[in-house]
Amino acid sequence: MKFVDEYRDPQSARQLQRAIAAVTTRAWTIMEICGGQTHAIVKYGIDELLPDTITLVHGPGCPVCVTPVEMIDKAIRIASRPDVIFCSFGDMLRVPGSSEDLFSVKAKGGDVRIVYSPLDALAAARENPDRQVVFFGVGFETTAPTTAMAIEQAHQLGIKNLSLLISHVLVPPAMEAILSSPENRVQGFLAAGHVCTVMGYTEYEPIADRYRVPIVVTGFEPVDILQGLYLCVKQLEDGRTEVENAYARVVRRQGNQPARELIQKIFCVVRRKWRGIGDISGSGLGVREEYEAFDAEKKFDLQDLEAQEPPECIAGLVLQGAKRPQECPVFATRCTPEHPLGAPMVSAEGACAAYYRYRNVGQES
Amino acid sequence: MKDKPTSNPASVLSCPIPIQQYPYVLSAHGGGGKLMHDLVQRMFVSTFKNPELQTEHDGAVVAVSQGRLAFTTDSYVISPLFFPGGDIGSLAVHGTVNDLAMCGARPLCLSAGFILEEGFAMKDLWRVVVSMQEAAQTASVHIVTGDTKVVEKGKGDGVFINTAGVGVIEHDLEIVPTSIREGDVILLSGDVGRHGIAIMAVREGLEFETPLESDCAPVADVVMRLLDAGIGVHCMRDLTRGGLSSALIEIAEKANMHIHIEEEDIPVTSEVRGACEMLGFDPLYVANEGRFVVFVPADSAHQALTILNSHPLGRDGCIIGHVSAEGRSLVTMTSKIGTRRIVDMLSGEQLPRIC
Repeated sequence: MKFVDEYRDPQSARQLQRAIAAVTTRAWTIMEICGGQTHAIVKYGIDELLPDTITLVHGPGCPVCVTPVEMIDKAIRIASRPDVIFCSFGDMLRVPGSSEDLFSVKAKGGDVRIVYSPLDALAAARENPDRQVVFFGVGFETTAPTTAMAIEQAHQLGIKNLSLLISHVLVPPAMEAILSSPENRVQGFLAAGHVCTVMGYTEYEPIADRYRVPIVVTGFEPVDILQGLYLCVKQLEDGRTEVENAYARVVRRQGNQPARELIQKIFCVVRRKWRGIGDISGSGLGVREEYEAFDAEKKFDLQDLEAQEPPECIAGLVLQGAKRPQECPVFATRCTPEHPLGAPMVSAEGACAAYYRYRNVGQES
Repeated sequence: MKDKPTSNPASVLSCPIPIQQYPYVLSAHGGGGKLMHDLVQRMFVSTFKNPELQTEHDGAVVAVSQGRLAFTTDSYVISPLFFPGGDIGSLAVHGTVNDLAMCGARPLCLSAGFILEEGFAMKDLWRVVVSMQEAAQTASVHIVTGDTKVVEKGKGDGVFINTAGVGVIEHDLEIVPTSIREGDVILLSGDVGRHGIAIMAVREGLEFETPLESDCAPVADVVMRLLDAGIGVHCMRDLTRGGLSSALIEIAEKANMHIHIEEEDIPVTSEVRGACEMLGFDPLYVANEGRFVVFVPADSAHQALTILNSHPLGRDGCIIGHVSAEGRSLVTMTSKIGTRRIVDMLSGEQLPRIC
C-alpha cells in the first residue's frame, strides 16, 4: 500500500538501525511524545533495534490517557440523561471514571454512540431536534480543529441542541512541565507528527532553546520513528539543540493555517488538569465566551464536579516518563485492559496497554 | 463449487406469504394459530423442502453411517442484516457448517431457530430464508428442523437466527488443539479481515474504489478434500470473531504450545489494509466468515497447500508459521521489519481510535 509500505520496509529500517549505532557514543534518554508513536515502538519492537545505551521513555501524548477522571464523570453524568444522545470517539468508552465507564452507561440504556467525527454529532443534532446531542471533544491540537468546525457550523446553522464537552489539551506546555520537573531525565524529544501537521513547529523552537533539548518532528511508521531517533541522537552527539522536521512529507513549519485560525476563533487557552499529572497552566483549550452556548459543562451545570484518581495508579509518572509501566506495583495484576485502574491501560495508545499487549508479563520480549 | 453461491430457482420465486395482507411480521405469526402455521408451511417448509423436514414431526430423524458425530450451535445477531457478500441467512448456514468442518466432520443437517421482531418486513424475511436455502444447497446440507418465535416490537433487531448442526466424522483423526505437535506447519486458507471490514463499511458508510465483499462462504468442501487426500490434520479453526490472532492464541493456550507466525506471509487485501489504517484496527483481529487455519505435520505441508490452492476457497492459501515448542502457551510474530513480538488477545472489541 502506497505511503505505508515504504515506511515499514525492513531494509530501510536496518539501514537506520546501523546509522544510529554508528553515531551513538554515549547514553541518551529520548521521549516520544505521542501515544501513536509509543504504540508503533512497542508493536514493531523498535527499542530492540537500538543500542543498549539509548533509552526510550513514553510521553503524555495519549488523549485518552490524559483526560482527567472528573471529565469522564461529567461525560457519564450527561450520557445518563434520558434526553441526551452522547457521541464520542470509540476508545473513550472504556475509560474508567470514578465508578463506571461509558460502556456501562450504554448497557443501562443511555444513548451513547461511537462517531468518527464531531460533524457526525452535528448531523445527529439536526436529525433529532427534540433531543440534546453532546459530543465528547477530547484530544490534542490534532482533533481540536474538527471540534471547532462542529461548533462553527452549529453556530452558523443556528442549531441549539448541540453542545460539546471539551477536554482538549496542548502539547508544548506538557513538554515544559516535564522539562522543568526536578526528576526530569529526558534529553531529547520526538515531537508528535500529527499535532505538528496542524500547528507547525515554530512553538517548539523556544523550548529547544530554553531547555537545551533537541526536538525532532516525527511520524508514526517504524522507518519514520527510526529516522526521528537518528536525527535526535545525532544532535545530542553533536551538542546541537534544534527543532528538525523528519516528517516533511506531511508537516510544514507553519502547520495548517486555516485549521489554526479556526482553533483560535472558537477556543481560548485555559488551565487544564491532566490525568495523573495535575493542573498545568495554559495547557488546554476551552470554548470562548461568544460560543459558550455550545459548552456542555455550562449547559449541564457541571463545572464544579470533582473526582479522585485511584491512589495506587502511577499513570502520572508513566505519562511523564519517570516510570515504565512494568515498574507499577499493580501492572498486569490488579490493573489489566479488562479492569483498568488508569487510562494508559485502556487506550491502544496508552503505554501500559501497549506493554501489556506486546510484552506481556514475565514473558519474552 | 464456486467462491460465491450462484442463485438457484428458489430465488426467483416470489414470497409465498400474501404480502398485501401481511407485509410485516405480526405477534400472531408466533402465536401458534393459523397465521403461524401459514408462515411455517409457506415460508420455511416449502423453501427448505427435504424429506426429513417434510415429516413435520417434533424433530427430525436422520440416518447416519458408522463413525462419530460432531454437534455444534451458533446464534446470529448481525447488523446490518444484508451486507456485501452475504446476509444473516447465508451467515447462519455457513457459520455452523464451518464449525462442523473444523471438527473434521462432513455436515449432515442443520436446525434453524428464528426469533422475529414484530414489524419485521415479510419481504426481508423471505430474502433471508431464500438465502439460507441457497447456502444450504451449496454446502450440501438439509435444514431439517426449526422453530419460530415472535418478540414484541423493540425487543429484537429484525431477526435473530440460531442454527445447530450435526456432522459425521469418517476418519480416526483427533482434530483438536491438543493434537498439535512441535514442528507442525500452519496454513491459512486466504486473505484475512474482509468480513469485518465489509460490515464496518456498511455501518459507517465507508466507500472503496473496488467494492469490498465479505468472505462469507462454506469451507466444508475444501476441508473434506484435505481429509479425503489423507492429510493427517492435527487441528483446524475458522477465523470468526477475534480474527486470526485470537484463533491462534486460543489454540496455543489449549495445547500449551508456542506458535510463531510471520506477518509478511499473512495475506491482507489493500482495501482491508487501507480501512484498518484509517480506523486504527489491526487486520489480524478482524472477523472472517470463510477463512480457516489448519495445522499439519511438516512433511505433508506441501501437499496440503497444493490441495488448498486448487480449491476456489483456498486459492490464496499459504503457510504462515509453525508450532515452535512445547510447554509455553504463547503466540509470537516476526513483524514486517524483522523484529519479534507477542501476539496478545484483545480484551474486548476493537475500538476506533481518536487520532
